[in-house]
Amino acid sequence: MVTAVTSMGRSGLYDWLMQRVTAVILLAYFLLVGCVLLGGVDYAAWKALYSQTWMRVFSLLALLSLGMHAWVGLWAVFTDYLTERLLGNVGNVLRLLAQGVSALIMFTYVVWGIQILWGL
Amino acid sequence: MRLPLTAWTSIAHRASGVFLFAGMAVLIWVLDASLASPESFASLQECLGSPLAKLVIWAVVAGLIYHSVAGVKHLVMDLGVGETMEGGTLGAKVVLAVSAVLIVLAGVWIW
Repeated sequence: MVTAVTSMGRSGLYDWLMQRVTAVILLAYFLLVGCVLLGGVDYAAWKALYSQTWMRVFSLLALLSLGMHAWVGLWAVFTDYLTERLLGNVGNVLRLLAQGVSALIMFTYVVWGIQILWGL
Repeated sequence: MRLPLTAWTSIAHRASGVFLFAGMAVLIWVLDASLASPESFASLQECLGSPLAKLVIWAVVAGLIYHSVAGVKHLVMDLGVGETMEGGTLGAKVVLAVSAVLIVLAGVWIW
């Protein structure tokens, strides 16, 4: 119960699906950026790419996907290793602490990314 | 620990995921510096020229490659392909081989 309440969608099936949807989005995004970088860019071309609305929207989508993907993934890791069974009572404290810190980091990534993309 | 190959590739998938969560800070910082101004783009290029920076970028890219290849294997298995014991072991070997090749190629590209 305590571990299920901190999962992404309160349901294993929902988490399973979101992990795959966000994975495909992230893979598509990294492949696109990878191809652009392999082709070689100067500042003007790079800036022009990220000035386009579709690229900003795609980047934001990737960033939000990253947040969800990391939450589901880290939840799986934390609830496997930072547990009462393995570490005793301190396991529960450590797990919630780890989830709190990683949530804060994810939120920071999203805000930071929005600032970069929309130049606030 | 004596574990089957599939266990090691699974653990590595998890470990690379945790590593990438931290590595994303590097990539977002690079994106920030690359877009802020022509000057910051130029100083980023200079910074990324140092051996240490190249090593950090290679490590993050290597994590990204392994995590992606292992992730694609998951998607393939979700389609019902390679779900047997032999299929699982073969899948793990393919993941290791493909990512090793891609990681070496990425290293060649970075240096």
